[in-house]
Amino acid sequence: MDAFISNLGLLINATLVATPPLLLAALGSCFSERSGVINLGIEGMMTIGAFVGAAVGLVVNNGWIAFLAGGLAGAVMAAIHAVVCIQFHADQTIAGTAMNFIGPGLALFLCKAIFGSTDTPPLSISDKLPKLFEGVFEAGSFLGNVLNVYTVAYLVFVFAAIAVFVFYKTKFGTHLRAVGEHPEACESLGISVYRVRYICVIISGFMAGLGGAFVTTATINQFRPSVIVGQGFIAIAAVIFGKFSPGGAAKACLLFGFCSGVKSILSMSSVVDPNLISMIPYIVTIVALVLFVGKAHTPAANGKPFVKSK
Amino acid sequence: MKKRRILESSVLYTIIAIVIGFVIGALFLASAGISPAVAYGKLIDGVFGKPKFMIWTLVYASPLIFTGLSVAFSLRTGVFNIGAEGQFVVGAMAACACGIILKLPPVIHAIVCVLVAALAGFIWSYLVGILKVKRGIHEVLSFIMFNWIAFYLSNFLVNTETLHKEGSGEATKNVLDSARLLFPEGILKALNCNGANWGFILAIVAAIVMWIIIEKTTLGYKLKAVGFNKDAATFGGINADRSILTALGISGALAGIGGAVQVLGMSGRISQFAGQEGYGFEGITVALIAGSNPIGCIFSGIFYGAMKYGGSKLTMVGAPEEVIDIIMGCVIIFIAISSVFKEMFLKIGKKNQ
Repeated sequence: MDAFISNLGLLINATLVATPPLLLAALGSCFSERSGVINLGIEGMMTIGAFVGAAVGLVVNNGWIAFLAGGLAGAVMAAIHAVVCIQFHADQTIAGTAMNFIGPGLALFLCKAIFGSTDTPPLSISDKLPKLFEGVFEAGSFLGNVLNVYTVAYLVFVFAAIAVFVFYKTKFGTHLRAVGEHPEACESLGISVYRVRYICVIISGFMAGLGGAFVTTATINQFRPSVIVGQGFIAIAAVIFGKFSPGGAAKACLLFGFCSGVKSILSMSSVVDPNLISMIPYIVTIVALVLFVGKAHTPAANGKPFVKSK
Repeated sequence: MKKRRILESSVLYTIIAIVIGFVIGALFLASAGISPAVAYGKLIDGVFGKPKFMIWTLVYASPLIFTGLSVAFSLRTGVFNIGAEGQFVVGAMAACACGIILKLPPVIHAIVCVLVAALAGFIWSYLVGILKVKRGIHEVLSFIMFNWIAFYLSNFLVNTETLHKEGSGEATKNVLDSARLLFPEGILKALNCNGANWGFILAIVAAIVMWIIIEKTTLGYKLKAVGFNKDAATFGGINADRSILTALGISGALAGIGGAVQVLGMSGRISQFAGQEGYGFEGITVALIAGSNPIGCIFSGIFYGAMKYGGSKLTMVGAPEEVIDIIMGCVIIFIAISSVFKEMFLKIGKKNQ
């Protein structure tokens, strides 16, 4: 029984470490997708956020500022994506692919140029994001494992609640959902389609950047080339799995975070090959799409550039 | 009139995009305190400096031409194969496994490996087609999922007992010599390049075959018709679903052969991946630069191969090779928005007349 509880504690802990980057990126992605702009570049934006977070953390010695800096870096990249897709009507999938070249490329380029290595020097514990109940619970105990996690790991669920509120209870939320369904009607009602989409795409980049920065300023303590690998794509999968709603995406991220938690626990015991467990989120997404979501409603104007009538 | 034709040609805007990409790359290099002239000089020297460098460039280009053809073929037929990455990986793994396990005479062994790789890529892409046709699931999404499943599948297989090489860390055994696509010993010596292989010849043949299929056959006509307007094609008596499946299957097979060319020609084995290898995504760039023309893919594939091979030498002058990714990303963006430039230039051209 004790072993069970202690393993459960470890599993919850691992889930709470793996979920935040996915959830942050997925919440942002909901904004972008629902407003009608596919952001396939989430992966690249997370990577640049991860690097900038780690690098700024080394300079300012403050986890929170580093975290936000990562978000801003993601937002800057998203702004480029927005200009290309919204202003210039580029193919959004192709623009996103470009972002996935530029994000990791730029992150590694800067890392080598500044630090002379593919990894940033490690952050000291005091420079990382803080944990919620540091020192209150015994290390390794069940409560310690469940409660003494990074503050952000709990904060992301507050963010999810805020996102749900914004989506369904505010005027901006109504506008952004409408803009993704029928931009022409919105424009005729005096809603600026471009403005709403710009805001949403930049939010998605900011959140993706935060997600990336969480990895390098909390989960681990440095930037390495392999820190993000695939998390941006899992976030996109979570959004579709969650039917493009922040609430649904949050549940999907928890599920994927849980898979990731199972993976990190099992990889200690080597019962099942961790590579096989890593496939689970992707296979689950496919199966879920086949069984339930296949006929779900995608935002009607998603991926279609909107050309203002003169 | 001639001027107008130049302004309308997409080649012009592709060249502009490449130039802008290099300018942006230079800005990054300069801001990192590295002389762009030195770095680009090294890049050019690294590709053209010696005859064997140029052969290496073609070796690097071969898999890229295949993934480029894969993406180009899909774009011409109205689907977007962002899954060439995964098809490349399963193709490489299939070729590698056959190259290690099967015992066949030379030539036949290599041919079998390439065919199995093509089949693996075909199936990997066809499955996505079935999801699209039967369940209406957008191919871009399933391709992304399949890319990552392939990624972890390959990493899993690398570590299985049959394939894993004792004490090699995280790589498979070498494929048997009978399965390699290398040129005969004498030619390798004469070329002074131990990686020269048949891949590039295969790539050119594939490009020509694809061009013929797209431009000169009924099959190509049907596939293009569905890509152009699915409803009209269906009305005209073409089975749209079957066309989509065929297009995706062929596209996947091309990427799969690309994987085989990489393993049997160049690397000889597969290592555990830390991140995606990128051949499929690079194929998107190759296809875009080529304007989705199969013959164009040969040239844009060589261009990208040169960038990769030359780029790998940039560390010698202290420049991070990732500048290549930045340049290529910018090239993609500027090709993606080239229609804007086109409109602008044509307007200016008209005013001047």
